[in-house]
Amino acid sequence: MSEQQKKQREPELYASDLQLGYEGRALVSHLNFTVRHGDYLCIVGENGAGKSTLMRTILGLQKPMGGEVHYGDGLSSEMIGYLPQQSDLQRDFPASVREIVLSGFQGQLGKRFFYTREMKQAVQENLARMGISDLADQSFSALSGGQKQRVMLARAVSASRRMLLLDEPVAGLDPLAQEEMYRLIRELNKDGTTIVMISHDIVSALQYATHILHVGKELFFGTVQDYHRTRIGKPHLLGEEKTKSAIRLSHPM
Amino acid sequence: MGTIFTYLQYPFARYALIVGILVALCASLLGVTLVLKRFSFIGDGLSHVAFGAIAVASVLQLWLTALLRSAGVQNAAGFSGFLSWLLSLMKNTNNMVIVLPLTVLAAVLLLRTGQNTKIKGDAAIAMISVSALAGGYLLMSLFSTSANLAGDVCSTLFGSTSILTLGLSDVIFCLILSVITAALFILFYNRIFAVTFDESFAKAVGTKASAVNLLIAVMIALIIVLAMSLVGSLLVSALIIFPALSAMRVAKSFRSVTIISVILAGLSALFGVLLSILLSTPVGATIVIVELFGFGAMCLLGKAGKLS
Repeated sequence: MSEQQKKQREPELYASDLQLGYEGRALVSHLNFTVRHGDYLCIVGENGAGKSTLMRTILGLQKPMGGEVHYGDGLSSEMIGYLPQQSDLQRDFPASVREIVLSGFQGQLGKRFFYTREMKQAVQENLARMGISDLADQSFSALSGGQKQRVMLARAVSASRRMLLLDEPVAGLDPLAQEEMYRLIRELNKDGTTIVMISHDIVSALQYATHILHVGKELFFGTVQDYHRTRIGKPHLLGEEKTKSAIRLSHPM
Repeated sequence: MGTIFTYLQYPFARYALIVGILVALCASLLGVTLVLKRFSFIGDGLSHVAFGAIAVASVLQLWLTALLRSAGVQNAAGFSGFLSWLLSLMKNTNNMVIVLPLTVLAAVLLLRTGQNTKIKGDAAIAMISVSALAGGYLLMSLFSTSANLAGDVCSTLFGSTSILTLGLSDVIFCLILSVITAALFILFYNRIFAVTFDESFAKAVGTKASAVNLLIAVMIALIIVLAMSLVGSLLVSALIIFPALSAMRVAKSFRSVTIISVILAGLSALFGVLLSILLSTPVGATIVIVELFGFGAMCLLGKAGKLS
């Protein structure tokens, strides 16, 4: 899709003057952003700045203190796939990879009690897409961190190919597994899935995303190019330079 | 072997076997969910509430009888007509008409408190369950007309041998409740799995997680009331949790854990009831001990599987 065509479509998601917080205490105010089809938005900001709260609000799990989140362009909440922040709640859970990925289709069950043949077929495809077909009958609890996150991504994709909300999908993974997750997410985005991702890793966010939403004391929303030009973009840019020089130092020519 | 067949010619032995297996099968269905959603404490709390409810119901029954006798029979219609209808209903259903709704209500309330704050919920459940236990015992000792109070309490707590005095109506009641529980479980299997595994994802993609949680709580209450007659209120949780824990030693998927725990529960009940008839031991306790041995066997099997 060309940039021109993208601009003509109405946004899939937009927030107007959003205020978020807990128990009457506001974390963020005056939050405005738009997400169009095919965008790759990274939400960055300090810990406790309200990134996860924002994601829960977008999903409708939590009510905003003020303002609104609107869906547009034919999007509805059932068309959003979600990858929650990792928790160790499911540590000993006896579930096979196949069962978990299939459960991604629960939102499409409607009034049905059981999953359809097509859904079971689609599980196979989604597993193949994430390169984990061979793990289908493995126990989830026995997998490595990187494999688990790929299963979670496959489940999110089962829920929707339209838009994915990813809450720190690479946290705690080793560099190789992180790289692999970023690659899979980028490929999904190239194939037309809108990505909204919370990330701590600003260097990678700037590398892969099209748009940045910075949540915190200072707010920013815009394209990655614009972000580089702003003041809040600068420290991170500096950080990037530092990292690069650090790499250079550790590999003396 | 011959002795067993001789016994099985008597209806009470056949009834005990049927009821025992049905109850064990149903109880094992929700085991995994209970263990993994940290709901085990709700199961325990509910069984104590059910004990209290039984005490309340039996006192109510005594009180109603006395009230109706003093009022005489001159006006069978109206309020006293309703009371005598209630009394006969209670007698016919073995007080289930009181115990079942009270336990379901308690299940819903406990789930509410448990969801809000973890630790507070735990404390609330401990408080409710011990209060129900103490209150129930107090009521029974204050108002009971039975000469053998200790025996009554003991049989409510441990099930004793009451399973061998089951009538045909008990078997039918048990059959109906088991069919309802099993049907609900099969129909909502996928949603129960989804909510047990990851509640926040389930909510995010539009599954009504609180409705599923409510269903789980109501089913637990049904199962507990059903299983009380078999193993008594203290051993009910064993019947729910043991088969799932055993199956989790050897199986990897939710479906295989569920199937294996149902099979284990059925076998344990079969052997437990037969053994208790042969050795004239208390039925509930025997079944639980058989399940304990089953758990040991599955642990060994799981270890052997990992080594190979």
